[in-house]
Amino acid sequence: MKSISIAFIIFTLALLSFSTYQALVVAPTEATMGEVQRIFYYHVPSAWVAGLCFFVNFLASITYLINRKPNADAMAAASAEVGVVFCTIVLITGPIWARPVWGIWWTWDARLTTTLVLWLIYVSYLVLRRFAAGSQTQVLSAVLGIFGFVDVPIVYMSIRWFRTQHPSPVMGGGESSGLAPAMLQAFLWNLLAFTCLGVAFVMARYHLQKVENQVESEHAQLALQGGTR
Amino acid sequence: MSSMSVTRATLMKDLRMEWRSKDAINSMLFFSLLVVVIFSFAFNPTAEESRLIAGGLIWVAFLFAAVVALNQTWARELRNQVLDAYRVSPAPPNALFLAKALGNFLFVAVLEVLMAPLFVVFYQLRSVGPLWQLVVVALLGTWALVVNGTFFAAMSIRTRNREIMLPLILFPISIPALLAMVDSTTGILTGEFSPDFWIKLLLVYDVIFTAVCLLLFESVLNAE
Repeated sequence: MKSISIAFIIFTLALLSFSTYQALVVAPTEATMGEVQRIFYYHVPSAWVAGLCFFVNFLASITYLINRKPNADAMAAASAEVGVVFCTIVLITGPIWARPVWGIWWTWDARLTTTLVLWLIYVSYLVLRRFAAGSQTQVLSAVLGIFGFVDVPIVYMSIRWFRTQHPSPVMGGGESSGLAPAMLQAFLWNLLAFTCLGVAFVMARYHLQKVENQVESEHAQLALQGGTR
Repeated sequence: MSSMSVTRATLMKDLRMEWRSKDAINSMLFFSLLVVVIFSFAFNPTAEESRLIAGGLIWVAFLFAAVVALNQTWARELRNQVLDAYRVSPAPPNALFLAKALGNFLFVAVLEVLMAPLFVVFYQLRSVGPLWQLVVVALLGTWALVVNGTFFAAMSIRTRNREIMLPLILFPISIPALLAMVDSTTGILTGEFSPDFWIKLLLVYDVIFTAVCLLLFESVLNAE
C-alpha cells in the first residue's frame, strides 16, 4: 500500500511538471488577454478539484451517518480540508486574473459569490470540527457537511439572479465557446495533473486522520485501564 | 404519546416559561432597538435612501436578534439533564424539534411585530408595493432563519465554544435566504422590481431545509 502511494505521488509530480510545461511554454499566448490568461490552466482545474472534494465530503458524510465507521469520517475531514485549500487557490488566482482583464479585483458576480459562499460554508465546517467536543465531532460535522452541500445549488440559484460578469463556461458553453486545440491540450493535462494532486493530498490527509483516530482510541483505552502514560 | 401531543406539550411549556420570564423577547427587543439606533447613526439616511437600505437593515437586525433567542433554546434543557431524559424517552425527536422551531418562530414573529413600527418611525418608511407581500416575506423568511437556527443551536451547544459557534455555522448556510429576504423587501418597499422570484426561492429554501432538519435531527439529538 505504501509503495503504491509513493509511486502515485511520483507519478503526480511528473505529471505536474509536464502540465506546467504545457501551460507555460507549449500553449499559445492568448490574443487579447496576453500572458495572464495562462492562470486559467490553474484556476479552472483548482475549482474542479475543490468541487470534487466537497462532493466527496458530502458522500462521506452520508456514509458516516449510515454506517458510523470512523474511516468515512476521516475521508470527510480530509476532503473538506483539501477542498478548502483548492477553493482558496481559486479565490486567489481569480482576482489576479481579473485585475488586468476586467480592471477590478472583485465583483459580486454569480460564480465569484457562489465560490466565496462555498468557501465560507466549508471553513465553518472546519471550525465546527475543531470546536466540537470529543466523539460528537463526527456526527455533528457529517450533518453540517450535508447541510453545506444541499445549500450550494440554492446559493447559486439565488446569486445568479444578479448580473453575471464571469466568463461563461469555455467548453460546451454555446457556439462561440471553445478553446484553441493547443490550449485545450494544455488545459486537459493540467486538469488531469490537478486531479491527481487533489487525490494525493486527500489520501495523505485521510491516512493522517486514521492514524490520529488510532492514537486517540489507544489513549482512551489506556485511560480506561487506569494507565498513566 | 403521539407526535402532536409531544409537540404541543413542549411548545406550551416553552411559551409559558417565556411568558413568565420574558427573557428571550426582552433581550431580542433591546438588542434590535440598539441595532436600529446604531445603524441610523452610522448611515444617517434620508427617507429616500432608507427605503433602499431598509430591507438589509431590518433583516440584519432580526437575524442578529434571533441568534440571541436561538442560543437560549436548548441551553435550558441542558440543566437537570432534560435532553438526556428526552433521549431515553420514547417521544419522537422530530416532535421536540418542531416544538422548539415553532416556539422560536413565534418569539421572532412577535419581535418583528413590535419592531416594525419603530422602523417605520425612525426611518420614515412608506411601502410603494403591496403590504401583504411584506407579510408573506416575513413569514417565510422568519421560518427560514429559525428552522436552521434551531437545528444549529442544538449542534452548537455540544461544542466547546457554544454561543459563538451558532452564528459561525448558521450565517454561511443562511446567505441565500438572507439575500432573498433583503432583496424581496427592497423590491416591495421601492416598488421597482417584482419580489416574486425571491419569494419562490424562500419557499424552496424553507421546504428543503425543513426536510433536511427533520431528517437529521435524530442523529444530532443522539450524537455522543
